[in-house]
Amino acid sequence: MLRRVLPRQLRLPAASSSRRALHLTPRRRAEDRDTFDPANVERASDDVDVCIVGAGPAGLSAAIRLKQLEKERGRDVRVVVLEKGSEVGAHILSGAVIEPRALDELLPDWKTMEGHPLTQPATSSTMRWLTATGSYPMPHPPQMNNTGNYVVSLSQFTAWLGGVAEAEGVEIYPGFAGAGAVYTDDGTGVLGVVTNEVGLDRKFRMKDSFEPGMEFRAKVTLVAEGAHGSLSKVLQNKFRLRDGRDPQTYGIGVKEVWRVRPEVYEAGKTVHTMGWPLTTDMYGGSWLYHMADGMVSVGLVIGLDYPNPYVSPYKEFQRMKHHPYFKSLLEGGECLAYGARTLNEGGFQSIPKLHFPGGALIGCSAGFLNVPKIKGTHNAMKSGMLAAEAAYDALGEEVQQGQAADMSAYEEKIRQSWVWSELREVRNLRPSFAKFGFWGGLMYSGVDSLITKGRTPWTLHTTVGDAEHTKKARDCKPIDYPPPQPPLSFDILTSVSLTGTNHAEDQPVHLRLNAGVDARKQHVRENVEEYAGLLGRACPASVYEYVEQDAAPAREREGENVEEVGWGGKKLVINSQNCIHCKLCDIKVPTQDINWTVPEGGGGPKYSLT
Amino acid sequence: MRPTPRSLLRILVPVKRCVDYAVKIRVNAQQTGVETNVKHSMNPFDEIAVEEAVRLRERLKDAVKGITAVTIGPSKAQETLRTALAMGADDAVHVETPEAAIVEPLAVAKLLRAVMDKKGPYDLVILGKQAIDDDAGQTGQMLAGLLGCAQATFASKLDVDVGAGTADVTREIDGGLEQVRVKLPAIVTADLRLNEPRYASLPNIMKAKKKPLEKLKPEDLGVDITPRLQMLKVTEPPKRVGGQKVDNVDELIAKLKKAGVLPGAA
Repeated sequence: MLRRVLPRQLRLPAASSSRRALHLTPRRRAEDRDTFDPANVERASDDVDVCIVGAGPAGLSAAIRLKQLEKERGRDVRVVVLEKGSEVGAHILSGAVIEPRALDELLPDWKTMEGHPLTQPATSSTMRWLTATGSYPMPHPPQMNNTGNYVVSLSQFTAWLGGVAEAEGVEIYPGFAGAGAVYTDDGTGVLGVVTNEVGLDRKFRMKDSFEPGMEFRAKVTLVAEGAHGSLSKVLQNKFRLRDGRDPQTYGIGVKEVWRVRPEVYEAGKTVHTMGWPLTTDMYGGSWLYHMADGMVSVGLVIGLDYPNPYVSPYKEFQRMKHHPYFKSLLEGGECLAYGARTLNEGGFQSIPKLHFPGGALIGCSAGFLNVPKIKGTHNAMKSGMLAAEAAYDALGEEVQQGQAADMSAYEEKIRQSWVWSELREVRNLRPSFAKFGFWGGLMYSGVDSLITKGRTPWTLHTTVGDAEHTKKARDCKPIDYPPPQPPLSFDILTSVSLTGTNHAEDQPVHLRLNAGVDARKQHVRENVEEYAGLLGRACPASVYEYVEQDAAPAREREGENVEEVGWGGKKLVINSQNCIHCKLCDIKVPTQDINWTVPEGGGGPKYSLT
Repeated sequence: MRPTPRSLLRILVPVKRCVDYAVKIRVNAQQTGVETNVKHSMNPFDEIAVEEAVRLRERLKDAVKGITAVTIGPSKAQETLRTALAMGADDAVHVETPEAAIVEPLAVAKLLRAVMDKKGPYDLVILGKQAIDDDAGQTGQMLAGLLGCAQATFASKLDVDVGAGTADVTREIDGGLEQVRVKLPAIVTADLRLNEPRYASLPNIMKAKKKPLEKLKPEDLGVDITPRLQMLKVTEPPKRVGGQKVDNVDELIAKLKKAGVLPGAA
């Protein structure tokens, strides 16, 4: 049932359809367009029981569980899932080796289901220490043992899970982002989600194709955007969900999928490495997973608390492939896919308060990744299932019109579940590296993972976010990365084209700096002077460039065009079309003045193998 | 086609599901075609065709009786029809072909003619000028040939006079722009500058689920879709080799002679 919803204070006469008339006027010149006014817009609106933002493992597990409960208990529930990617699976990537624990609970018969992508069991797991020229076997914590797990493409797994959800009657709308929340009249609760506006030009004026975002009024809203989600960020700030918790910390994962020569392919083999090319002031390591069909997933994770602003995660990964250990595997093969995404490293101490009036955070939006295992899918799925159970119960309760539902039962359920105890056991491993340095952390982790297993009375804490760990460029050494040598290593733009990313051109730049000319100047000054233009090196899609400003005449127009504003002869160029939605910039920019917001839905990468 | 009462226009919009334009194409391992396990979308020129049909209805209002979208393809092609319905088509027809079947432009044209016989009559067929996967650019023209009716291809502007039963089309040709007037029924193929397609808004996508969608098979329409062409091999283009710099004109001439581009000994 669709109805027009007008803002409270504005009651237009029914005959007035001035907004609709826009579509019938002939195309107007850009200068004649009206600026979009968020306070003065008519939105289509629809009522659902549960609205889930994000069609990833957490969101889809929640949706499927809700439909299972509908069958078990008989009360209908309408579930809508919004996904900013152009199709389910397009924006997700990971190693990945999945622990089927949550899947076994959600879909006990999954092995008999048609088309499931868990066709490649992990057959071995080893760890190696790399030096510049050699590689040596190394003991690994028991968490990294992969017996019983499956090597998959998370994109394909998610796409399959999406098909299962749709077959159960879940409505999934790819190409539409959950851009903002709908709040109760007094602002204390969430009553649903608004999708993003489409058809705005770069200056926020309405084009002929303008359509306002649609409103989904939901009794329960589940936010499942993955690590560092944009809506999650807004809700965590508004409802102070992080009070009393450690800040969330992150790593950046950069990966490629290769088809390798049959002679070197060993189905199901999983390897992790530490050491080269990372220096001991960086936490991280690589993975090498032999997937099904002769393909290999290879990638590098670097903790975003790295101090040297000259580091380029992309280039570290490219040069790593020339190490004899990787070269012998990848040589003669073909690179099929590339992608990058940030992942949570904060673990147990960084889990925020999980619920707010009217909804909850599930999956990596909350942050349930088990860092030593480097697995989060099983925890994400389980959190989705528990949230679904709490939501279903909450729907059964009488909620007054305009009041938000109570999802506190979900937090209780998570604390009683194996997700909580699993994360609690490994809570000190990753923080020990930050606290005791690389070698201290390695030793501590060895003891804690093998012997004490987290049964210590203390908990190590992180006190600052990743961006604050960045040292000034003058205190660090620039890094001399080797140039790309195809067919083994590539330049970044070739890799970006492999992601299939694109965004419609004439739309507002979705990477938002603080407004105004002064803020822009300040950003350029500090980033170029103090941090050697960190974003230009860190972004895995070459979105940010600190380049020479145009000659003087352009500078006179600075007042008109904030994008031309600069400092010391340099300006910031944002190639937002390249963005692959990894969120690194929002997390790592030293000046913490970049806000990642959702672009028009359907844009972004088109992962299918990752 | 049987002539229709001049007062109401029925529009048919054939659409095709192709590999999405932003995806990097790879040749498949068997060298018989491209990797198809990637994102697909509606052919961009067909999007323009759907948009034009919807705009025609907005301009001519009641003079347009209905817009039917039709696609020929495997079961997933249904998503393309849903997009067309969400953009403003009224109903849809899906001619379902086997997953691995190759349907050539001639077979498509024959199937479209059969659909028009079965569900028609239609006064105007608007489709994209070419599909971005095969770049054939033949279907519209072949359909006009089979039907014996007018065609106006590479349209960058379309105006229909329903009362007179004609359409004025501006065509993009090598020399510039050509304006033709065709008698309806006619086939129009859409070029890039015809319009900028609208977004399928979420409310419309939800409404589209309720619009009628009929499924047919080639056998039901009595058309044999066996390919007339055999694909021998598909390979990537040769890798571009680096060029060379020369120091002076004499060296350039010597190199060109050596490469056999200029006559004479090097």
